[in-house]
Amino acid sequence: MFRARFLIEWFSDSDTDAAIDSLMQAAAFLSGPAAHSALRPAGAQAARIHDLWQLTLWICMGVFAAILVALLVALVRAPRASASAPPLASHALGPERTARRWTTWATVASAGLLVALLVADMWTDRALSRLPVADALRIEMTAQQWWWEARYLDAQGRPEFAVSSELHVPVGKPVIVTLKSTDVIHTFWVPSLHGKKDMLPGRSTQLMLRADKPGTYRGECAEFCGLQHALMAFSVSADPPEVYAQWRAGQHLPAAEPSGQDAIRGRQLFLSSNCAQCHSVRGTGAMGTLGPDLTHVGSRSLLAAGTVANEPAKLAAWIVDPQSLKPGSTMPPSKLPPDDVRALVAYLRGLR
Amino acid sequence: MSAAPPLLDGPQADAQVLQALRATWSDPPGWLGSLRAIDHKTIARRFIVATFVFFLLGGVLALAMRLQLARPGLRLVSPELYNQLFTMHGTTMMFLFAVPVMQAVAMYLVPLMIGARSVAFPRMNAFAFWVFVMGGAFLYAGFAVGSGPNTGWFSYVPLASSDYAPGKGVDIWAQMITFTELSALLVAIVLITTIFKMRAPGMTLVRMPLFVWATLVTQFMVLFAMPSVMLGSTALILDRLVGTHFYNPARGGDVLLWQHLFWFFGHPEVYLIFIPPLGFISSIIATFARRPVFGYTAIVLALIATAFLAFGLWVHHMFATNLPEVGKAFFTAASLAIAVPSAVQIFCWIATLWSGRLDFKTPLYFVLAFFVILVAGGMTGLMLASVSLDLQVHDTYFVVAHLHYVLLGGAVFPLFGAIYYWFPKITGRMLGETLGRWHFWLFFVGFNVAFFPMHLLGLHGMPRRVWSYSPGLGWDGMNMTSTVGAFAIAASMAVFLMNVATSLRRGRSAPDDPWGAGTLEWRTPSPPPPHNFDALPVVHGREPLWMQPAQPSHVAGLAADAREVLVTSAWAAQPESRPLFPKPSAWPFLGALATTVLFIGSVYTPWAVVWGALPVTIALIGWFWPGRKETEQALALEKFP
Repeated sequence: MFRARFLIEWFSDSDTDAAIDSLMQAAAFLSGPAAHSALRPAGAQAARIHDLWQLTLWICMGVFAAILVALLVALVRAPRASASAPPLASHALGPERTARRWTTWATVASAGLLVALLVADMWTDRALSRLPVADALRIEMTAQQWWWEARYLDAQGRPEFAVSSELHVPVGKPVIVTLKSTDVIHTFWVPSLHGKKDMLPGRSTQLMLRADKPGTYRGECAEFCGLQHALMAFSVSADPPEVYAQWRAGQHLPAAEPSGQDAIRGRQLFLSSNCAQCHSVRGTGAMGTLGPDLTHVGSRSLLAAGTVANEPAKLAAWIVDPQSLKPGSTMPPSKLPPDDVRALVAYLRGLR
Repeated sequence: MSAAPPLLDGPQADAQVLQALRATWSDPPGWLGSLRAIDHKTIARRFIVATFVFFLLGGVLALAMRLQLARPGLRLVSPELYNQLFTMHGTTMMFLFAVPVMQAVAMYLVPLMIGARSVAFPRMNAFAFWVFVMGGAFLYAGFAVGSGPNTGWFSYVPLASSDYAPGKGVDIWAQMITFTELSALLVAIVLITTIFKMRAPGMTLVRMPLFVWATLVTQFMVLFAMPSVMLGSTALILDRLVGTHFYNPARGGDVLLWQHLFWFFGHPEVYLIFIPPLGFISSIIATFARRPVFGYTAIVLALIATAFLAFGLWVHHMFATNLPEVGKAFFTAASLAIAVPSAVQIFCWIATLWSGRLDFKTPLYFVLAFFVILVAGGMTGLMLASVSLDLQVHDTYFVVAHLHYVLLGGAVFPLFGAIYYWFPKITGRMLGETLGRWHFWLFFVGFNVAFFPMHLLGLHGMPRRVWSYSPGLGWDGMNMTSTVGAFAIAASMAVFLMNVATSLRRGRSAPDDPWGAGTLEWRTPSPPPPHNFDALPVVHGREPLWMQPAQPSHVAGLAADAREVLVTSAWAAQPESRPLFPKPSAWPFLGALATTVLFIGSVYTPWAVVWGALPVTIALIGWFWPGRKETEQALALEKFP
């Protein structure tokens, strides 16, 4: 039924995505705006791929339909027989010129369409590799089990600051992302902006993209990378240039001073407990590098690579028992009393 | 030397000769005797049953996964168990079901289709079966005690290295590869030799049934594809056990080396699974359209072209890596080109149906499903062949949908067609037509419900191999639909098992040729006697049963009281010699046992390769030790020109 409705929608609507979308909405399959769909490109590269997708889908649907129609006609027109009906043996058949002509032409036509697909594909590949990247923003993205660290580089390629799992890019400006991995193979994928690229230990890869519509786009690890491959997401916010400039200026600043007693006590706890061994907060003594940089953690919307929302209760739960939210995470559980946890949360929430 | 007149077979042979033939070619009786069996039909039946058991186990694993994914955020299984589930599912379906079942069916049918009394090297054939079963049992034993592999059926390094996958799971997985590939290589040698040297006189290469052609082409692919993965998995075990650094970038190794070795095998493997069913389809369409398949030569050439091209497109599994872009374009071209030979076959079959007279029976239904499902899977395959489209859909549920459309549509549906078609020959009982239709429609509808939504899931960003997903991503409804479909497939399998069970007990008994087919396997009783044919046929055309009898009709003069077979020339199938084939023996079983000890031992210590070689050597010496009686008999039968 699903398939049938899909086909009906398909033929009644010339815009393929609208057909798929309206079907999905009609069936209440979508519960929110999908900011992670290859069918809704929001960037130059994804749009090019989407164009190729449209062309390929049309050609393939046409060929599929033609084959099924030929089969159906064959099944309908051929007379029926039983197992006892005398068969025709090879030697009794003459040369079947009509069949030969039709199969030959069908093969030639198929080969022609395949060549068309090949040309379209190479054309798209070429266009993807020629995205103008003068004055591109450069980001170095490092994946590890199971989170992401992005270092924003200056014009000379020196790291300026690091963010974890939440990227911001200016709309309309090309971005060159250098992709690395410190442990196993991961894959960087933001379907709304571009196709994916592997992050290979021992090799570095690059991806060029450009967001053309403001919005937040979900990305995730596409290569199976171990226990929590499922909980390894990130986001890319495409901001208008002035908003982006503001964000970037904010990231340059060291951590905000805690305000309020709880937060001040939270900072002491953070620096004196083992938090600071893995995490860094710029402007304080916390300079750990095993976990994400928390200098501006309060401004993030999700925690633990997209696992939970960045809310006080969730943050507290994450600090106390990360293993129940994300089994296998390298963050150890904390034995701090509830008061201390509250203080820590107050401090971290203030790091905006 | 015996003084009694020799018992010789032939079309006019008396009851005494037939009795002798039966006794000569029978497997030994009893439980112990069953370990010594070497009849290709016995071994193939066991092989088929074993692969089906693995198929059902793999299906149960899939149901567990579909339950876990039915709703977002479910915690029916832990992430660790889920990772083991999909690893075991993929491994089971690829290594323990799809490739071996095709070899097993060929092992049963090929000698019957080419008019032979046995496969070549029947003991090695039995050995291959035992090695296969023990390897599969080893993998499942590991899984049962919690040491299942959890790095995917593709086991990418460095995730599969000892740093990131401690424990024995990956070692067991890698060694299971060694078991099954050894088995596959041996069966390939058996089948190639059988097809080249044991065809009935007159069955020239151009008169061979298309299924035999498909088998021949596939087995050559096995010879070239399997060594690559054995090399890869051996290097993986060495990295893990003795600290070599083949795949360790920190010490000069390369993580992509594994991917090249794996996919140089892995992509041809798809065709190892897909080409034999093309042979099933050609057999079934010819019979139920009451005419030979149109375009015999074109189909044979298409099979061969597919085999060559299949080795030239492994990089399309690696488009997201940093290989050079220009090089990738070559693999796009090759991946698109392989559609041409497949298209040629599809067009030829449609032309056959077009000009045939159709007998709509269950096997034909399953074959017609191929045209819908496989062709849809082929279309998505063209999309995956494109570098840029692949970058979007690679490693997503789109690929899960694609591969199931190709493998179930291209292999499993035709395989069930083949089972309905040849079940009467193998068991002597017809499968029920009504239950067959139920099985078909439940399977066909359930399949599409289960797998079609996955295309959309992938396009909407759902990656593969995730043990769970968050609500609100727009994936909930499609995942639920897919789970419902999966259970419909499970129901269809229950109907199939019921059909088999009732048919075996009280099914209509099958005549020699229940479908009015034209190939040689239908000339002998259902089920065939141990010696397959009372007298070996002489072949005068492609469909011997659809032709007027011609002279000479049979071979006469092979010994009935010894396992004498006729060897013919590779091209023209002219009689060449009459060697004596080996008798049943426990050595293949014991040899497989010794090999198993060596393989399993070497998972734990490299020294097992040294001391484990000893029992293997003893078993092989025992195996090849010439018996005095056999030698005398062979000398007695030997004739010099």
